[in-house]
Amino acid sequence: MDQEITLRVDGKEHTLTVDTRTTLLDALRERLGITSAKKGCDHGQCGACTVLLDGRRANSCLVLAVANAGAEVVTAAGLADGDELHPMQRSFISHDAFQCGYCTPGQIVSAVAMLREAEAGWPSVVSEDLDADEVVLDHGEIAERMSGNLCRCAAYANIVPAIAEVARS
Amino acid sequence: MKPFTYQRAGDMSSAVATVAERPEASFLAGGTNLVDLMKMEVLTPELLVDVRHLVSHQIQDLPGGGLRIGAGVSNSELAADRRVRRGYPMLSQAILAGASYQLRNLATVGGNFLQRTRCMYFRDVTMPCNKREPGTGCSARDGQQRDLAILGASKLCVATHPSDMAVAMAALDAVVHTVGPAGERTVPVNRLYRSPSDGPERDTVLDRGELITAVEIPAAPIAARSRYRKVRDRASYAFALVSVAAAIEVGDGAVSGVRIALGGVAHRPWRATTAERELFGMPATEESFRAAAEAELAAAWPLPGNAFKVPLARNTVVGMLRALTEEAR
Repeated sequence: MDQEITLRVDGKEHTLTVDTRTTLLDALRERLGITSAKKGCDHGQCGACTVLLDGRRANSCLVLAVANAGAEVVTAAGLADGDELHPMQRSFISHDAFQCGYCTPGQIVSAVAMLREAEAGWPSVVSEDLDADEVVLDHGEIAERMSGNLCRCAAYANIVPAIAEVARS
Repeated sequence: MKPFTYQRAGDMSSAVATVAERPEASFLAGGTNLVDLMKMEVLTPELLVDVRHLVSHQIQDLPGGGLRIGAGVSNSELAADRRVRRGYPMLSQAILAGASYQLRNLATVGGNFLQRTRCMYFRDVTMPCNKREPGTGCSARDGQQRDLAILGASKLCVATHPSDMAVAMAALDAVVHTVGPAGERTVPVNRLYRSPSDGPERDTVLDRGELITAVEIPAAPIAARSRYRKVRDRASYAFALVSVAAAIEVGDGAVSGVRIALGGVAHRPWRATTAERELFGMPATEESFRAAAEAELAAAWPLPGNAFKVPLARNTVVGMLRALTEEAR
């Protein structure tokens, strides 16, 4: 049961025909050859497939491509400005915030979105003052806000400082 | 995943009529639970009617206090709303305690109420499960029991409802607004879920084709100092073993108002009406809190693998009420 859809991915528009069962993740990877978002668990539990979907971080494995026709999608590959890496990407490299690297694109997209959420004053479940205007991204806040991204190599010890450095700047 | 047709609904009445008439059809909103269950073929709808764009995405003040929350509001937006953070902190905390930011950005408020149990036997199509396939039996009762219910369960089904948000909604006396083939109606959250002894395959009292359009939270000054505590196997991103939404008011040393609801212990968010009744007018002491929690849990019917939930629920209730009353001093 095919349907034609248009997706804007990393600034480029694509029109494609997909089976209704195709997730956004599979549309990106299998149909468009955009492999930045990774397939880990395929059940929304690991976060490797995280993309920005109309500006918000989301698990691309749990959304149907047909239900997101016309959507604006940004993957980790689309965060860079040409050859100029995004500050979060640079920070992950300088902090050696990965081992195998499979979860990294999802971690980076998630971290970029997390900083925007914190800037907007969104609280987390560990926030002392739920109503605070300003979010202080200490270790506990970053860990909680990134808990939807698992790292099987357990590179968390470097992921948290990599994010904290960008948060400070 | 089984093949299906996808339809973006044009208007509410045709969406409702379509799903009401076709037993193989299902509404789609955020999809975080439905798409996952379709991948495992736990659910196999042949038609998805997408209603996300049709239901309201607004949070409005109600005249006289309280909030009306459109069913299409994302879990993230509701948790971050200033009015919720100030007036109903237990609701913000409950939502923030569930899932991850990625999931909460996708998941809708309407869908949160209707998510299916995470009972591993429901999610495993190779195992008997009365909720998935009525009459096949319950694998959970003699299986892994850690996550199962201790209150309100039946021999047919001992699964728990997974929502954190719904626990706070139950404590807040929230009311769900629906539109269905028979028109519009309202259902209090505390009457939304059916007992598993009446047939565990249907989670709620909603009719086929009946759609949640909004939820209203009445004004509740008591809720301004309330909180939600979730006990789980991991520090984050895990379902509750036990959770508690609570608020308490004390006047002249006696309890003048109290709200308690439990999560992770039953097929529905469990409003602790017995404990609330026991506490009203009693001295706000740890002894009263303990006696009330024990009165509520006297009806518990645990299995060997989840008996730990009885003292865990009691201690969490006592700890929450103590913290709330100490803060108020």
